[in-house]
Amino acid sequence: MFTELNSILNSTPDSFTQGEFILLSDRQSDASFLIHHFLSFYLRARCKVCFLGLVQSFSHYSAVSQRLGVSLTQAKEKGQLVFFEGLKESLSILIPQEGNTESQAMDFLRDPAVGLRSLYEFVVSSVSGAGRAPEGPEEWGPPVLLVDDLSVLLSLGVAAGAVLDFSHYCRAAVCSQLQGNVVMLVRCGGDEEEDEGDDEGSAWLLRGLTHQCSLALHVQGLPTGYCRDIHGQVEVCWRRRRADGQHTQTKLFQYKVHDKGASFFARGTSSAVL
Amino acid sequence: MAAPMDGVGKHPAELPPVNSTSFQKKTRSRLISIPGTRPSVQNGQLLVSTGVTSLDYLLGGGLAVGTVLLIEEDRYDSYSRMILKYFLAEGVVCQHKLFVASAQDNPEDILQELPSPILDDVAIPKVVEQPRLPCEPQDRLDAMKIAWRYQNLPKSALASSSRFGHYYDVSKTMEPEIRQAAKCHRFYLPDHPTQSSNTHSPMLESYSALLKSLEEVIHREGFDVVAPMPKSRNILRVGLHSLGSALWGDDLSCHDNPRHRHALTTFLYGLRALLRSSLSVAVVTVPSHLIQDRALMGSITRLCDNAIALESFKGSERETNPLYKDYHGLLHVHQVPHLNSLANQLPDHKDLAFKLKRKQFSIEVCWKPCIFMILVVLLLLRLFFFFFFFFFFFYWSCFVRYFVLFSEPISHILSLFAILCCLFLFSSQTLSGKSHKSDASPTCAYFSLLLGGKNKSEVIDYCCCHVYYSVALSVQCSEKSLFL
Repeated sequence: MFTELNSILNSTPDSFTQGEFILLSDRQSDASFLIHHFLSFYLRARCKVCFLGLVQSFSHYSAVSQRLGVSLTQAKEKGQLVFFEGLKESLSILIPQEGNTESQAMDFLRDPAVGLRSLYEFVVSSVSGAGRAPEGPEEWGPPVLLVDDLSVLLSLGVAAGAVLDFSHYCRAAVCSQLQGNVVMLVRCGGDEEEDEGDDEGSAWLLRGLTHQCSLALHVQGLPTGYCRDIHGQVEVCWRRRRADGQHTQTKLFQYKVHDKGASFFARGTSSAVL
Repeated sequence: MAAPMDGVGKHPAELPPVNSTSFQKKTRSRLISIPGTRPSVQNGQLLVSTGVTSLDYLLGGGLAVGTVLLIEEDRYDSYSRMILKYFLAEGVVCQHKLFVASAQDNPEDILQELPSPILDDVAIPKVVEQPRLPCEPQDRLDAMKIAWRYQNLPKSALASSSRFGHYYDVSKTMEPEIRQAAKCHRFYLPDHPTQSSNTHSPMLESYSALLKSLEEVIHREGFDVVAPMPKSRNILRVGLHSLGSALWGDDLSCHDNPRHRHALTTFLYGLRALLRSSLSVAVVTVPSHLIQDRALMGSITRLCDNAIALESFKGSERETNPLYKDYHGLLHVHQVPHLNSLANQLPDHKDLAFKLKRKQFSIEVCWKPCIFMILVVLLLLRLFFFFFFFFFFFYWSCFVRYFVLFSEPISHILSLFAILCCLFLFSSQTLSGKSHKSDASPTCAYFSLLLGGKNKSEVIDYCCCHVYYSVALSVQCSEKSLFL
C-alpha cells in the first residue's frame, strides 16, 4: 500500500468509496505495481477479496505482498482472500491428463469461442458466497474483485468483446449489487499511433473499459525516454456523475517504484532533477 | 563427466577420510545448493548463468530459475543461435539436464556445435580417472612429497565446475566426451507425427506435443517443486529454437493476418505455467523480424519474463557505417523480470551492442570513441586554460596584459571547437537513425554516462551551456584586455 497514492486518491483503508470500477492500464511501461497496491489496500481494509492472478504464480504475489506488509497465505487461511491461480489451473487443460480434476473456470482455453461465462461464475460464487454466510468468527467488508490482467485473456484467444462482456457482468454483480469494488489491469503494447491499425483487440478493450470505469489510472513511460530516476508517469482520471452532468478531472504524476513502495510527485519535481 | 560427482553422492560413507584437515569450509545446509546456481542479490531468486557473462550482468545477475528468456532472432539467426548454444553449453559444464527442441535442425546438430569451455579450474574426467589406476604403484615410488595433511585430499574435487558462468572458445567445439556425459532430452518435430484433431483449442498440435513431452520430462525426472525432495536436485535447461517459424506449422510469419494468431501466446502461457512449478529455465528464440504484427510481438514479449532482441548489421547499410565498425550488431533489452519484487532492475544503459571476438561473444555499452576523445581533450584544455588564466591574473598582474592578448585567439578557437563538437554530436545522432527515441541514441548514452544518468534535455542543456560558456569566456577575455 502506497500512502502517497492513497492521499492522491483521497482514500484510506478505513474510508473508501464503494461501488467503484477502477481501471489500470499501461503502455510501454509496467502498471503491475498498482495491482499490488490495491491488493494490499483492500486486504487492510478488511474487504472480502477475490483475486484473479492470471500472469504470475501465487508465490510472486505473496512475496511482493510480504514486502508491503500483508500476508496472503494468512488472508487465504482466514477466508478473506480467494486466490485464483491461472497458471496452475491452465496446465491441466493445456496438458490433458487422466485423473485430473479440471476446474471449470479456465474452460475458455479449450475453446475460446465459449467466452468467459465460467470464469464469471467462479467470481460470483467466490464473491457472493462468503458475503451471505461468513464462515468463522470474522466478518469481512464489501467484496472486491481484482484482475491481473485482462490482456492475457486476449493472448489466449478470447475475443475482446467477450472480455468486455465479462467486465460488464462483473461490474454489475460486484459494484452495483454488492456495493463492492472492481480493479482491472489492461496492458497495451506499442505506440499510440501504431495501435490505430494494428492492435484492434487491446486498444478496443481499453477504450471500452475506459468508458465503463469510474476511476482510471493510466501508466505510461516518459515521453522523453527512459530515465533511471523517474520510471514513468501516471494519469489519474476521475469520472464522477453529478447532478449537473458528468464531471471529469485529470491529474498527472510522475512516479518511481522502490523496493517497498512507490513515490509519486508532480511533473518535474523528482529529487533527481531538483 | 557425471561419474565422479555421482560417486561422491552415492557413497557418503567414503567421505570422512577426505576431511583430514582441521579446516572445513562452512556450508549453509539450509539452502538447496545446485552446482552452477547462485541466489540473486536483490530478491533471493535462484539464478543460473546464460553462459554469456555480459548477458548475465545485463539480466540482473543471471536467469532466474522458472523464467523464460525470449531472444528475438537476428536476420540470419547466427547470433541468436550462438546465445542458445552458449546457454546449453553452460548446462553441460554445470551438469544440468538439457531439453532441446527444434523443428528445423536436428537437436543433435545443435548439440554438436556447442562451444568448447575454457576450463582452468575444472579437471576433465578422463584425465582424472585414467592415470590413477595404472600409475598408482609408480606414484608411490617417485611422486613428489607433499605435506601430509594434503595427501589424502581428493586429486580433483572439481569434477564439474560449480562456478557460476564460464568462458567459452567459440572457435572450437566441445569435446564429445564432455558432451555425451550430459543428459539431454531431444525433441525433433519431424519425429513426432502430429495427428490433426478437431478441438477448438487455440494451440497448435506441434506446440501441444512439445508442451506434453516437456511436461513428461519434468515429471519423470523429478524437477517439480512439489515433488518429494530427491537426494540431489538439478536444473533442467530448456532450449527451444525458432518458435513461431513456419516449420512448427505456425503461420505467424507467413501472413499478415495469421489464422493461428494465439497459438504461440497460448503455448508460452503453458510454458510459463510449467516452468514456474519446476526447477527449470528456458531460452526461446523467435524470428520476430518475420512477424508483421507488432502488437502480437508485444503480447509474445509480455508472456516471457526476459526479452532481448538482436539486430545484426549483416546485410544492412550499418555494416559499412564507421560508427558501428567495432560491433556486429545492436542488442535491445525489451523486458526484464520483476519476480518477487515490486521494482524491476532495468539496466543502466539501453544502448548496447554486441560483438563476436575471436573467441568470445560479448555485449558492451555502445559509445563512440571519437566523441569521447574530443570531449576529454576539450575538457582538459578548458580546465588548463581556466586555471592558467586566473593564476596569472591574480599574482602577476603585469604579466596578464601580455597573456590576455595572447590568450584571446585561443579562447576563440576553443569556442569554435565547442560549437563544432556540438554540431558533430547532433549529426552523429541523426546518423545513427535513432534521434526520435531520445534515450536510444548512443551519444546520449555516453553523455548520460558522463553526467550521471539524466535524460536528453539535460544533455542538450549541457551542450548549450558549453557553447555559451566558451563564448562568454572569450568576451570576458576581450573585456579584460580592453580594461587593462
